[in-house]
Amino acid sequence: MAEEQHRILHAEQLAKLIELLSCKGYRTIGPCARDGAIVYEPIESSARLPAGWTDEQERGSYRLKRREDQALFGYAVGPQSWKRYLHPAEVRLWSAERRGGTFRILNNEMRPKQPYAFLGVRACDLAAIKVQDRVLIGDKYRDGIYEGLRQGVFIVAVQCTHAAATCFCASMGTGPRAQSGFDLALTELVGPAGHRFVVQTGSERGAEALAGLQTAQATGADLHEAEAAVDRAASEQVRSIDTVGIKELLYQNFDDPGWDNVAARCLTCANCTMVCPTCFCTAVEDVTYVTSHQAERWRRWDSCFTLSFSYIHGGNVRTSRKARYRQWMTHKLASWIDQFGTSGCVGCGRCISWCPVGIDITEEAQAIREAKRHGNT
Amino acid sequence: MTITTTTEPMVSQPYRVRAVSKETPDTFTLSLTPNAGSNGTTFQPGQFSMLWVFGVGELPISISGQPWQRDRLMYTVRSVGQATHALVSQTVGSGIGVRGPFGAGWPIEAVRGHDVIVVAGGIGLAPLRPAIYHILRNRKQYGRLVVLYGSRSPRDLLYRKELASWVRQPDTQVLVTVDYGGLSWRGHVGVVTTLFKYARLQPARSVAMVCGPEIMMRFVTRELEIHGLKREDIYLSMERNMRCAVGFCGHCQYGPYFICKDGPVFPYENIRTQLEKYEL
Amino acid sequence: METLERIIAEHPFFTGLDHDFIALMVGCASNVHFKAGTYILKEGDPANTFYLIRGGRVAVEVVAPQHKPIIVSTLSVGEILGWSWLLPPFQWKFHARAAEDTRAIALDGKCLRTKCEENHDLGYEILKRFAQIMEQRLEATRLQLLDVYVVRR
Repeated sequence: MAEEQHRILHAEQLAKLIELLSCKGYRTIGPCARDGAIVYEPIESSARLPAGWTDEQERGSYRLKRREDQALFGYAVGPQSWKRYLHPAEVRLWSAERRGGTFRILNNEMRPKQPYAFLGVRACDLAAIKVQDRVLIGDKYRDGIYEGLRQGVFIVAVQCTHAAATCFCASMGTGPRAQSGFDLALTELVGPAGHRFVVQTGSERGAEALAGLQTAQATGADLHEAEAAVDRAASEQVRSIDTVGIKELLYQNFDDPGWDNVAARCLTCANCTMVCPTCFCTAVEDVTYVTSHQAERWRRWDSCFTLSFSYIHGGNVRTSRKARYRQWMTHKLASWIDQFGTSGCVGCGRCISWCPVGIDITEEAQAIREAKRHGNT
Repeated sequence: MTITTTTEPMVSQPYRVRAVSKETPDTFTLSLTPNAGSNGTTFQPGQFSMLWVFGVGELPISISGQPWQRDRLMYTVRSVGQATHALVSQTVGSGIGVRGPFGAGWPIEAVRGHDVIVVAGGIGLAPLRPAIYHILRNRKQYGRLVVLYGSRSPRDLLYRKELASWVRQPDTQVLVTVDYGGLSWRGHVGVVTTLFKYARLQPARSVAMVCGPEIMMRFVTRELEIHGLKREDIYLSMERNMRCAVGFCGHCQYGPYFICKDGPVFPYENIRTQLEKYEL
Repeated sequence: METLERIIAEHPFFTGLDHDFIALMVGCASNVHFKAGTYILKEGDPANTFYLIRGGRVAVEVVAPQHKPIIVSTLSVGEILGWSWLLPPFQWKFHARAAEDTRAIALDGKCLRTKCEENHDLGYEILKRFAQIMEQRLEATRLQLLDVYVVRR
């Protein structure tokens, strides 16, 4: 791990960072305000960064609001996560052509022409990337597509100085401070001392990039202000999940009548799985051309909320909404631990904001705990 | 036993159909051979492949042939829908894509020296047949072999000639029953659990391998326990929706397990709580 | 007769019953043989005998118009055929045909049920044993009904 070093980068220099990354051959993806949300898109300059925007999030609600300052990263997270780029929603695995009674695979590899640079990665999203690393390239089989996209990604993390009402990364142990796994980490400071970033290097590559920029020595006051800002983001969080014994709690409460309660509200719309940065389920689809000489195998995002997700000959196993919601939540908070050694939830709160009926996973987790406490066996 | 998997687990390898034989009115056994230039593969009894029919789709099918033969893979397929119908309709010489083999198979190495009780229901006999082949080929390494097989009706019985030949093997008992007999059926009528009372079992030294519809497996497991087998000595082959077969698509999850890579064979002890849960 | 006594006394169904009673059962027991194809008992006939199967196989059948006889279950070595002799109206509900050459021990059901009326302790023991047989057959029948091998779309 590269020697940790804190420097000051003035806000105008951020544009230089993006330029530098482009020169080094990266395709930079960063936050932009579009269609009423902060989304991650390819950016060529800092002009597209959402200066002066923040988000107001609550169960079933997400709104962009104007800030009083011109902070570039003064929001929490939007509906998208970095899985949009590392684990794309639609991927062609291969195509084949039919010849002489058999077929030939035409291996079309999906590798990006340039590696990505991610600008603006939140601690929760960094944790989510690590979670997906474990699932997709850290288990029995390796997902070659994820591996190819993940290799060499340059990560510029941004420490949170603002927590949305839906954030609960502190209780999940994933934030708001990113500790490792980045090349550079920025903490934005906007105040009388000027609009600047405290920059922390997290790798040799990061240090090398930083060396190509104009930076100043970070003072003790700068570091103190930065740390306090992130601490504030932690203490601002109003939601939490008590993760002690949560695996056993969910496993043992499979038949809890409380599930009917959430099932009555859940539309099984699958929004939560789409916005969740760790959900990885996909469907494998075979497509043939009308001429029937060419076929393709595609992989698309899928969701355990769909009825046919659990289909085996004769019918679906999880027919009821209750069974499907229970599957998602139990997998996310409990089974994931047995499967991959960590929780599947990073506390980003997206599922709470983007649920059209405002189902709150932290509330549901608490409800099960209360039911257990009050003697429901 | 070595297992060779394709280097890229999502890419189908082209195989050719060398034979198709009809087992029952809706069930066929396909024998596939790898295209020239390919090494072929061995497999562990209980493993499955993903079979792809060009232009139709891909399905998980248990391998039902002899595990030591590199040059061919056999699959017993029941036609129950569009994709399976396409599979069984393939003619000799046509191409089928094969991925795999995948999954955890029957513990045939670990149970050497034990008696083996094989309990199969319907097409469940197909993934068990390679285990039976292995035991019979290495007969001295195992104790008594008891095969209990139940099917819906006499015309739904698989591998009838082989069942008759297995009966003649040393220290081997084969009992067959049907749910619905006909006028010409001279054998047992009743569900497969009714065969237990006729089986010569030595429970203390026995291991059971069970495959069939889930309801049948639950009842059989209970019967095995009543007859004195321990939970950790009973193995079941489970099934769920499988698309990728390599633990990425998430469809086959069964509690904390991925049936494609943690199974499909599980010791009963490991999935006992899962089996009790409705809509898991 | 001595062989019969041992067979009856050692059969799980009779284990634990009073020694005098077993002697009584043996007194009314006889070895019987049925050639393959013969009917051991027929639906509607008075039920006064039950059988302990010693070899072969018996098919329990139902006959209906337009149908060939449908076998609902088979019974083989060690199993007991018939319980309708124990409960009113003491009439067989199904046919039972020897599917193979079958040998069995025939036991006097009429005598046994009279004894059960006189001695309720004995009656309880006998009913307990039959209840277990009926439970096993009911469970198996329910499983059969489920038709688990059919794939429903």
